[in-house]
Amino acid sequence: MSSERKLMSGNEAVALGTKHAGCALGVGYPGTPSTEILENYAKLEGCKAQWAPNEKVALEVGIGVAFAGTRTIITMKHVGLNVAADPLFTVAYTGVTGGMVLAVADDPGMASSQNEQDSRNYARAAGVPLLEPADSQEAYDMTKLAFEISERWNQPVILRLSTRVCHSKTIVVPSDSKDVPAADYVRDIKGRVMIPAYARPAHKRMRAKLTEIEAWNCAEGPNPIVGTGTKLGIIANGVSALHAQEAAPDAKVLKLGMVYPLPMKTILEFIDSVDDCIIIEESDPFIQTEVQAAGGRVRPRLERYRYGELDVIRVKRIIDGDDSEEAAPPRGKPPQLCDGCPHRASFQLLKNIGCTITGDIGCYTLSVLPPFETMDTCICMGGSIGIGLGMRHVLPEEQARKVVSVIGDGTFMHSGLTGVAEMICNRPKYGHVIVILDNGTTAMTGLQEHPGTGKTLDHHPAGKTVSIEATCEAMGVDKVIILDPSREMEAFEKAVRDAMASNDLTVIIARRPCILAVVRDAKINRGEKVR
Amino acid sequence: MNKVTNVKFAGLGGQGILTCTDILGRVVFDMGNDVKKAEVHGMSQRGGSITSDLRFGDKVLSPMISAGQADFLVVLGEDQVEENQHFLKEGGTLVKPSDFDADKLTNKRTLNVALLGALSKHMPFPVEQWMDAVRAQLPERLHEVNEAAFMLGRGE
Repeated sequence: MSSERKLMSGNEAVALGTKHAGCALGVGYPGTPSTEILENYAKLEGCKAQWAPNEKVALEVGIGVAFAGTRTIITMKHVGLNVAADPLFTVAYTGVTGGMVLAVADDPGMASSQNEQDSRNYARAAGVPLLEPADSQEAYDMTKLAFEISERWNQPVILRLSTRVCHSKTIVVPSDSKDVPAADYVRDIKGRVMIPAYARPAHKRMRAKLTEIEAWNCAEGPNPIVGTGTKLGIIANGVSALHAQEAAPDAKVLKLGMVYPLPMKTILEFIDSVDDCIIIEESDPFIQTEVQAAGGRVRPRLERYRYGELDVIRVKRIIDGDDSEEAAPPRGKPPQLCDGCPHRASFQLLKNIGCTITGDIGCYTLSVLPPFETMDTCICMGGSIGIGLGMRHVLPEEQARKVVSVIGDGTFMHSGLTGVAEMICNRPKYGHVIVILDNGTTAMTGLQEHPGTGKTLDHHPAGKTVSIEATCEAMGVDKVIILDPSREMEAFEKAVRDAMASNDLTVIIARRPCILAVVRDAKINRGEKVR
Repeated sequence: MNKVTNVKFAGLGGQGILTCTDILGRVVFDMGNDVKKAEVHGMSQRGGSITSDLRFGDKVLSPMISAGQADFLVVLGEDQVEENQHFLKEGGTLVKPSDFDADKLTNKRTLNVALLGALSKHMPFPVEQWMDAVRAQLPERLHEVNEAAFMLGRGE
C-alpha cells in the first residue's frame, strides 16, 4: 500500500523493525553512526530502551533478557563490539532462548571513529550469523529476519550496518508486527554455565548450527540475483551492491544479505554462471578471502579499495581494474570545539602548562586540532588513564611529571573506573594526575545520558546519580578537586601544577555543563520537543 | 528511461543543511518519487564541513552522489563553492546565496530555506508542495519566517 510508505533512515528502520519483531528491551551504548537506533526505538509506543555504561554491560543485560526467554536488541558502533567481544564469544556457545540481535554500525572511511575495523570478522571469529542490509527497507526487513533466525537456531545474530545505511534515508513500507513474548525462566545449567566440561559440547553445537544456517542461507537466504547478463558477474554486500548495480547496469549481481555464514554453494554456482566474476565489498576482503579459499574463480582484490567508503565511481574503477592513484577530495573545514565550550578553557590551560596529555574519546579529542594541538595520544574509550600510567612508570622524572590523563565524564563511566583502580594498586613513583572534563553529558554522540548524569535514556531522573568524586575518593585517590574550568582559571592552574609537582594521585574534576546540553535541557523544561 | 536527479547540499555543521535536505526529500517523496538521502554527521555537528546528498527519480540505487554527478549543487556560503564544485556535472546548476538578496532575510538562520526557494525555480514542483514540506519539517513558530524566506529565494 503506497499510503504506508515512509521515508526513514536506516537507524529509524532498525528501530521500527525491532518494535515490529516484538522486542522486550533495547540496550546499547551511544556511538556514531549507531546512536539513533535506540533513541528512535525508545520513542516508539510501548518500547523500552536504556543506555548501559558500556557495550559489554549492554550485551550482558541483553543476554539476561534472552536467557529469560524474550527478545532484545543491543546497539553499538563497531569499536563498541571490541568492548562487548568477551561476552559475545561465549554467548555464541550457549546460544539464547529469546531472540537476540546485535545492531553493530561500522564506519568505513571514518566519518567519526578512530579506526575502520570490519565487524564481519567478529561474526566469523565468534561464530555468530551476520546480516547486512543495503538500505532502510532492508534494514527494516533484516532486523525482523535477524530475530527470526535468532529464535529458530537459538543463536545471537549480528545486524551489520554502515554509516551510509544508518544515516541515509530511503523509502520503507512496513509490514506485520509481532507481540512481545512473555519472559519465563527455564533453568538450563549445562547450556548456560560455560565451565570447560559444558563448553566443549556447546562449541560443537554452535558449529552444527552454523552448518544448518549456511544450508538455509543457500536455499532461502536474503541473497537475490539481479540482472541476467552472463559476461560480468558481481558479488557484493550491503550498500556496495547498490553502487555496483548502478555502476554496471548490464552485469548480473549476486546481492549478499547474509554474509556469515556465506552461502558458498550459491556463490560458486553464481561464479560458474558468468564469464568473469568480481567481488565488491567495502573494508576488508572478507567475502573475497572465503570465496578464494573455497576455490571460487574471482578476480583478485585491488588493495587500495580496502580504505574508505566505496561509491559508484570507485566501483566503476574496480570493475575497470583501475589501480591508478585516486584524486584526493578537497579538504573541507575540520570540526572544532563549539564557541563557548568549557573544554576550550581546559585545553588552553593544559597547553600553557605544557602537559603531555594522554587523551580519550569524546568532543575533547578535537583539542588535537588547531588552535590547541594539545593531545598526545588517543586510542580507545578509557585508554587515557592506563596509557598515562604506563608512561609515568617508565619515563624519567622530569618527563613523567608532565603526563596528565584527560578523560570526559561519559568515557570515565564507560571504562575509566578500572583505570583508577589500576592507578591505586600500581602507583607510579611520582604519582599521577587525571583531569576529568565533566560536562554532564555524552556530548560527542548527541547529548546522551549516562550513570553520572543521574538520568535515564529519556532524560528522566534515574533516582540515583553515580558520583565521580565520591567514587574516586572511595577507590583511594589521594586528592579529589572539583572546579569550574571557565570561572576558576587560577585555581585550576594551581591545582594542575601542584598535582604535577607532588607524588599524589590526584583527580581534578573540571565541571561545567556542555553549552548544547544547557540549551537542550531548557527546551525539555519548557516542554518542547527535542531530537 | 530511469531519470535520476542529484542534488548536493554543502555547508558547515549548524547551518541547516540536513533540514533543507529533509524538506526537499519530503517534496519529492510526496510527489511519489523514489528517493534516497545520504549524509554524514557526527563530528561534523561541531562546525566542520558537511554535505548532504538527495537523489530522486523512478528508481534510485546508490544513495551517494559521486564527483561530477550532481545536477544541482546548493551551497550555504560562497566559500563552499571551491571545495564542492567538483561534484557538479557538466552543465549542472550551482545555487548559492548571491542568487538573491540574502540581506533581505529577516532571520539569517532561514538562509537554508531561501536557497530551497532558489532551487525550486529549477524544479517542476508546485509552490504549495514546497510549503507543505516546510511546514511538515519545521515547528509552527518558524513557519511564517521560513515561508517568507522561501519566496525571497524564489524571487516572488
